[in-house]
Amino acid sequence: MRVSIVGGGPSGLYLAILLRKAGHDVSVVERNAPDATFGWGVVFSEETLGSLRDADYPTYLEITDSFARWTSIDIHYRDTVLRSSGHTFSAIKRTHLLDILQRRARSLGASLTFHQEVTSLDRDADLVVAADGSNSTLRRAAGFDTSLTPQGCKYVWFGTDLVLDAFTFVFKETEHGLFQVHAYPFDEHTSTWIVETTEATWQRAGLDTMSEEDSLAFCRSLFADALDGHQLMSNKSIWLDFPLVRNEHWHRGNVVLIGDAAHTAHFSIGSGTKLAMEDAIALAGALERYPVEKALVDYELERQPVVERFQQAAGDSAAYFGRVASHLSLAPIQFAANLLTRSGRISHANLMQRDPKFMRVLDAWFTASATETPMVPGAVAPPPMFAPLRVGGLTARNRVVRATPVERLADAARAGAGLVMTGFVAVADDGRTTPACPVLDDLWAPVVKDVHDTGALVGVRLGHAGRRGATRPTGSVDVPLRDGWPLLSASPLPYTPFSAVPAEMSEADMTRVRDDFVAAAGRAREAGFDALELDIADGYLLASFLSPLTNRRDDVYGAEPLRFPLSVVDAVREACPGLLIARLTITDWARGGTTVEQGIDHARALAAHGVDLIHVRAGHTTATSRPEYRRGYLTTLSDRVRNEAGVPTLVGGYLTTPDEVNTVVAAGRADLCLFDPWPSPLEEVVS
Amino acid sequence: MKVGVGLPNTIPGISGEVLVEWARQVDTGPFGTLGVLDRLVYDSIEPFAALSAAAAVTSRVRLATNIAIGPLRSPALLAKHALSVDALSGGRFTLGLGVGARRDDYEAAGVARNTRGAALSEQLAYLRGQLDSSGIGPARPGIELLVGGSSGAAFTRMARYADGYAHGGGPPRAFGAAANRARAAWRDLERPGEPTLWGQGYFAFGDPDGGSAYLRDYYAFTGPFAEKIAAGNLTSARAVRDFVRGYEAEGCDELILYPTTASLDDLARLAEAVS
Repeated sequence: MRVSIVGGGPSGLYLAILLRKAGHDVSVVERNAPDATFGWGVVFSEETLGSLRDADYPTYLEITDSFARWTSIDIHYRDTVLRSSGHTFSAIKRTHLLDILQRRARSLGASLTFHQEVTSLDRDADLVVAADGSNSTLRRAAGFDTSLTPQGCKYVWFGTDLVLDAFTFVFKETEHGLFQVHAYPFDEHTSTWIVETTEATWQRAGLDTMSEEDSLAFCRSLFADALDGHQLMSNKSIWLDFPLVRNEHWHRGNVVLIGDAAHTAHFSIGSGTKLAMEDAIALAGALERYPVEKALVDYELERQPVVERFQQAAGDSAAYFGRVASHLSLAPIQFAANLLTRSGRISHANLMQRDPKFMRVLDAWFTASATETPMVPGAVAPPPMFAPLRVGGLTARNRVVRATPVERLADAARAGAGLVMTGFVAVADDGRTTPACPVLDDLWAPVVKDVHDTGALVGVRLGHAGRRGATRPTGSVDVPLRDGWPLLSASPLPYTPFSAVPAEMSEADMTRVRDDFVAAAGRAREAGFDALELDIADGYLLASFLSPLTNRRDDVYGAEPLRFPLSVVDAVREACPGLLIARLTITDWARGGTTVEQGIDHARALAAHGVDLIHVRAGHTTATSRPEYRRGYLTTLSDRVRNEAGVPTLVGGYLTTPDEVNTVVAAGRADLCLFDPWPSPLEEVVS
Repeated sequence: MKVGVGLPNTIPGISGEVLVEWARQVDTGPFGTLGVLDRLVYDSIEPFAALSAAAAVTSRVRLATNIAIGPLRSPALLAKHALSVDALSGGRFTLGLGVGARRDDYEAAGVARNTRGAALSEQLAYLRGQLDSSGIGPARPGIELLVGGSSGAAFTRMARYADGYAHGGGPPRAFGAAANRARAAWRDLERPGEPTLWGQGYFAFGDPDGGSAYLRDYYAFTGPFAEKIAAGNLTSARAVRDFVRGYEAEGCDELILYPTTASLDDLARLAEAVS
């Protein structure tokens, strides 16, 4: 078979090697010179190396002989450097890697042509491979439906003669904003030194209009301490946007995409070259098993799911660096824990395996900080989920929250939760969701006592269903009753097309509902509930005031969406001391609805009015909201509320394992987690 | 997990005789459910008609649309079909609904495609609500309802109205990811318990090339994606068993395997492979 590979980067050359070994006729065409240098060193993770060894042993030997290898991550934050170890990194100078691959490809008989631009598909070959990078010309010529969007911060790729012995992050505050460095060694003389900052900070610092020389000088002086007298070197180093490349399909006819031409993953997880070379291995493998057409399908089926997972993690990592400035109030070790777990690929348990020393200190620090006691050298502590939490004048024995119908509250407490919460309890009959919805009558005291006997705290979630009221109790949600009661909302808009139209609340309605909340809160306190949770979420009555989608009023309550909900908070706060939680919609996940920034402002306002803890919710303001469900899908919102509004948070979002809870609370993304463990048949076996 | 099998109602040229004989053989075991797919602009048998025929010659096996394209029918007409099949089968019917993916089905039905999500939500609300006071019979107690789809809106719709989730097919890991999203949505809407999770796959033993050609044709509207679906056709007993194991490990409750050739031989071989 004749194969024409366009692009002489790592993926193209490696594929040439593998296909020559399989006896194919291979030519590689590259637009640049053989020794053109773009960037500095490239990083690999351990699992790639095994596949390189199996795919081509001679290049594996040569590559690994040239590797810089290290196991630590250094985090320069405030005036400290924190080191975490037990990781596995290796890196190589990019031009050296290309040299190894070029020599091997040539010795195997591949034809390599440089300085030649390919713009047309008219290649005399059975298979045409687009390995020409994120901005692939060939991909465009072949008519692939590519999405190419900038991702994350502005960044610039420098080199330095400071030889690092760790993957090094440097966080540096300036009067313009925060800058961070991602740096790593790649040979015995040089390290890669990437500087990154948000576009806003970049502009404030005037970098948008600076020459290459001035920007180098700026960065050199900014990081003078960390560079420790060493050089910062430019190599056509200009500030860039990271191009996020996605392709729904990776082949069309006999043209196939590999490496950056097919997909990119943000540099902050350092996997671009790894994914590119793995593509080459997968494609060569498929061509060995199948004829071209079937092989291309097989290659795509094998690689797409892997790449999607990396792109998800890389997207989370890129977003983290975009908002890391909000983490500057975190203590150094918690800041480090948040950084190390940013992409979702590494959890508390993974770190426990990699670096038990670091994790012993993290866990000990966490408990010491939670109990406001000094840290003692050599201290051991339980995992973070079992650290107590002091909030609103009370102490929860741990970070686990369970929400459950009233009849199972005591069981949830016995199952180990620190705080158990009721489901929705209506403040008045007309505020019920369904006829079966509980109200705050006087039957709760015995339940509360049962929970207290276990040592847990117990809270009640008080709400008024608003336009989501008067629905059928079982088998569905939001299906209206045949004969419901009148509904109230900020504006007269039905929740679903079949829902009853609510009345727009009058001042008199507001007074009555506020009184209902105060009266119910008082009864809750009398029954012994430790925590009151006001439901200002999910499109219920109080939440309906906060969203432009549901509050269309032209009075003062339209102009000041927080006015009525805050008046309820104030009234309850005044009447009832103790732990006050607000269950709050941070974003509507709907066009034209509350944005995350507005939701964080709402959280800030509630905290200023005496709310002790925000229970982070999102979506359901309207029935047509579009949540992006996955494990921990609310965690990032909670991180933002906690660190940007500076208020403790409780978060759910389908957290099903203790490891997820440990990771969330250790990293300071939330203070409490709503935990949904999967039931296990083992429980019956062992009990 | 229970394993079910599809009725070959969307295989072009299928005869009533083979369809009915297929249903009769499935009823003897070991399959739990007989599923049907739905296409309008194609040489296929209408799903409710196919299940009515199956109901007449079976007494044990459950009957399911997996899925039917809800918005192609008016809510009342859809309800009438569903109630009828449930009555004909003595309560063995499961109604799986989705929006489908084909433009031409909507054009042919004269139904707006750009509001299909809202239309499906409205249908589901109708089935769960107004239907009981509509005068449309036969009255049937609680038909099991599944919803398919892969968007956040689809998962919310499923958790709001349905009893479970119908996945559209793919390798076990893709099912597992969707199952987690379905469970997360279920919790998010504060539904008690867990959603029932349905998966699906394709098989052909005697004529795998014919089966894959059918899949390429059936899914031609998806463009190059059709090749990937065809590549997932299970063509050996071993592939079927691996697939079944994979789905079971991901927490699937009902896995329906659809034939890609209308071969009764294949049906017998599938029964052997899964029992």
